[in-house]
Amino acid sequence: MTLVDPGLAARVLERSLSRGGDFAELYVEARQGFSISLDDGRVERPQGGRERGACLRVVVGESSYYGHVDGHAEEDLLRVAGSVMQAVRGQARTPAPLGAAERAEGHAVAIPPTDVEASRKADLLRACDDHARAAAPEVAQVRASYAESRREVEVFNSEATSAADDRTRVRLGVQVVARRDGRVETGNDNRGGHAGWELVEADPEEVAGNAARRALTLLDAVDAPTGRLPVVVGNGFGGVLLHEAVGHGLEADAVQKRASVYAGRLGDRLAEPFVTAYDDGRRPGDWGSDGIDDEGTPTRRTTVIEDGRLVSYLYDVLRARRDGVASTGNGRRESFRHLPVPRMTNTFFAPGDATPEGLIGEIGRGLYAVSFGGGQVEPATGDFVFGVSEGYLIEDGEVTAPVRGATLVGNGVEALAAVDGIAGDLEIASGYCGKAGQSVPAGVGQPHVRIRELTVGGTAT
Amino acid sequence: MNLEDVARGAVAAASEAGATDAEAWAEEGVSRRVRVYDGDVESLSDAGGRGVGVRAFVDGRSGYAFGTDLSESGVREVATAARGAAEAADPDEHGGLPDEFGTTPVEGLASRAMSGWSTERKVELTLAVERAARERPGVTQVENAVYSDAEGSVALANSRGFTAGYEATQAWAYASAFAGEGADLMTGMGLGIGRDPGGLDPEAIGAEAAERALALVGARQPESRRCPVVLDAFVAASFIGFIGSMLSADAVQRGRSLFADREGDEVADPALALADDPTDPDGPASTPFDGEGSPSRRTALIEDGRLLTFLFDVRTARRAGRTTTGNASRGSYRAPPAVGTSNLVLEPGDRALEQLFREAGDGLYVTDVAGLHSGVNPVSGTFSVGASGRLIEGGEAGGPVRELTIASDLVSMLQSVRAVGSEARWLPLGGSVKAPPILIGEMAVSGA
Repeated sequence: MTLVDPGLAARVLERSLSRGGDFAELYVEARQGFSISLDDGRVERPQGGRERGACLRVVVGESSYYGHVDGHAEEDLLRVAGSVMQAVRGQARTPAPLGAAERAEGHAVAIPPTDVEASRKADLLRACDDHARAAAPEVAQVRASYAESRREVEVFNSEATSAADDRTRVRLGVQVVARRDGRVETGNDNRGGHAGWELVEADPEEVAGNAARRALTLLDAVDAPTGRLPVVVGNGFGGVLLHEAVGHGLEADAVQKRASVYAGRLGDRLAEPFVTAYDDGRRPGDWGSDGIDDEGTPTRRTTVIEDGRLVSYLYDVLRARRDGVASTGNGRRESFRHLPVPRMTNTFFAPGDATPEGLIGEIGRGLYAVSFGGGQVEPATGDFVFGVSEGYLIEDGEVTAPVRGATLVGNGVEALAAVDGIAGDLEIASGYCGKAGQSVPAGVGQPHVRIRELTVGGTAT
Repeated sequence: MNLEDVARGAVAAASEAGATDAEAWAEEGVSRRVRVYDGDVESLSDAGGRGVGVRAFVDGRSGYAFGTDLSESGVREVATAARGAAEAADPDEHGGLPDEFGTTPVEGLASRAMSGWSTERKVELTLAVERAARERPGVTQVENAVYSDAEGSVALANSRGFTAGYEATQAWAYASAFAGEGADLMTGMGLGIGRDPGGLDPEAIGAEAAERALALVGARQPESRRCPVVLDAFVAASFIGFIGSMLSADAVQRGRSLFADREGDEVADPALALADDPTDPDGPASTPFDGEGSPSRRTALIEDGRLLTFLFDVRTARRAGRTTTGNASRGSYRAPPAVGTSNLVLEPGDRALEQLFREAGDGLYVTDVAGLHSGVNPVSGTFSVGASGRLIEGGEAGGPVRELTIASDLVSMLQSVRAVGSEARWLPLGGSVKAPPILIGEMAVSGA
């Protein structure tokens, strides 16, 4: 199916460059989604939506002019081209001719979620509820949610790009509240991917079980220690640390504005020689994967850190042009209502030779941070803070008591340099990444990683 | 296109599709955004959008659907999808439309002056914000200077015969400035909000960004200790926004609020008074009626330190045997109404910031917190969040500090408020909040 005829796209681009401009792009999208949740034993909030829209932008030197409309009607597209073009003062340019939009290689979707009855989605949530409640009598509340989305995307630009993508994602999330003697703790887990119903249909109880285990574990938690300690960060969602503390600083918009501590550091040794990290938007079925990015560039694997050296930033078309390189396929946007900016896809440390037990075994006193409740970083300085949602003390090489209320406070450059061990158990988890007012699905991940020393802020004194 | 007609049409279509009751929210608006960098326009946008969302009730079950196609057939498709979605839900005996509807007049939600501002003048204003920040000695760069505005209308209709609508305008601008270099690079943010660009002071916004960044240059990690802490208005607003979300009856009933079972208790120092007020003409989130058609009203939440009530929509009120406080909030047509705060107002006290410092004696002045939403346990209220700011030494502002965490729990923090500042301002942090700086008697500070 085609959203917009290439002939119409060509007319829109021609109109938008009729008073000049270096580059014009028409991004067209049809979105549909469905979500449903369960809370307090009750299935609620079934909701669906359908949106169609387009975003047009014209780039003139360092400036971008853009507009977006709801719908794909010819008169609306031509009107937005006319209105954007008003802002430009120059000589008309002729865009390169356009062929039919080429559909990107898709990610396999075995069972389109729209083929599945809503009642089965409700049953999936009930299964999670039952499983979590069966874990222990202390489980007091269970909340589960399921969401699916499909985004059909077409991108046309004045440099002959004519590309299309069809993206289906599903995600299941479970939150469990456990209560004992006035103590109340929560645990979360989720599973998401660029995939169909098959991803969540298989063993949804695993997600519920993980959430329950985390909440129950915290009931026995002791106050977190305070001070500088060695930290082993868990695989999978533990990679949010890399995403926040390093990844954002590698996005070319931050780099070019010198708003990143990694600006001007290409080729520098930033980590031990056994540290390699990638951003990879092609990994089959992963949450942050797509066929093309939101500027029509095919996604790919970009090595950002190779054997400890910084080797690449992450680019969209605009920032790549400024640096005289090719886009790395990281121009992403939340929807047709937004401009693309450099964003990570799936970002992770490459597996190393160590084992999680080996990394932990060498620590006298430290923290094992299995999962984070979220985090924040200031890209200009690299300073970060993360809340540890599941963490344990490490004492004499053994994982001992669970801790609560721990935060990791530090600096990305220092933490990266302090990585002194990487295990082989790579895993990618699904999250949402917010930047410039836009939220996009991003895969975070890593094997178990050890950091020589970090500031742990706790509640214990 | 008349939005009230669209909403009424959607309600009729849902009823035809078999809904026992229905409600539709239609919306239309335009927004512009100007971003400048280094004296030039970096991006400029002009965008329009419209959509409708339908809530359909069928025998106690409810479903929701939305779409961007406001034609008759588009609206019918949305209404039918909402009615279909309802089938998947479990029945809820407390659900359904409100029994009473109405509107409360709120003056000045829309400024006529907005349309008189050309794009060129908005660009000038944004450049003036950037200039004001960059001109300060010590500012190395202005990462962002952004102007944004929105003009919109909404309409709500339901199958009990209620139809109403309103228009609102909003303009805001912010800048983030850098001071220092390398590992000592510090950032600061300045912002302003109004009903039109005339309500924004570009000099003040730029200067605030610069001053907040400059104040942190040379920051070091402080020593760990327990001490009095002054939260500036930004940080107080962030905490109040979080506390407001915990006062939602929905969070309480779902067992996800530390304030459950605390109604009537002394949860704060008597110096602290907090209200939710959607009728304040200056409040960015003010509206004549809420997301399900209940008239807007002011709700006192904490007075004399006592927790007076939670915030209710119709469903949570029925469940608790109470009446709605008019807090069914709607982010957009893309989501059904849910309990939410409107404008949270922390009543100002009588102390200037310098007096708060004097009363603190030796402590910490926090001007920024990071990771609040991930750092607070919503059920227990314990938190440990990253922070930066200045030391307070001998009752005066001392050297800048960073890479530290402050830890406590929310109720202990509210109960140990020692004084409330007099300079309150509107801040769009974690919702719409009006807050002054506050002095907390003691908190755990972790640093080196």
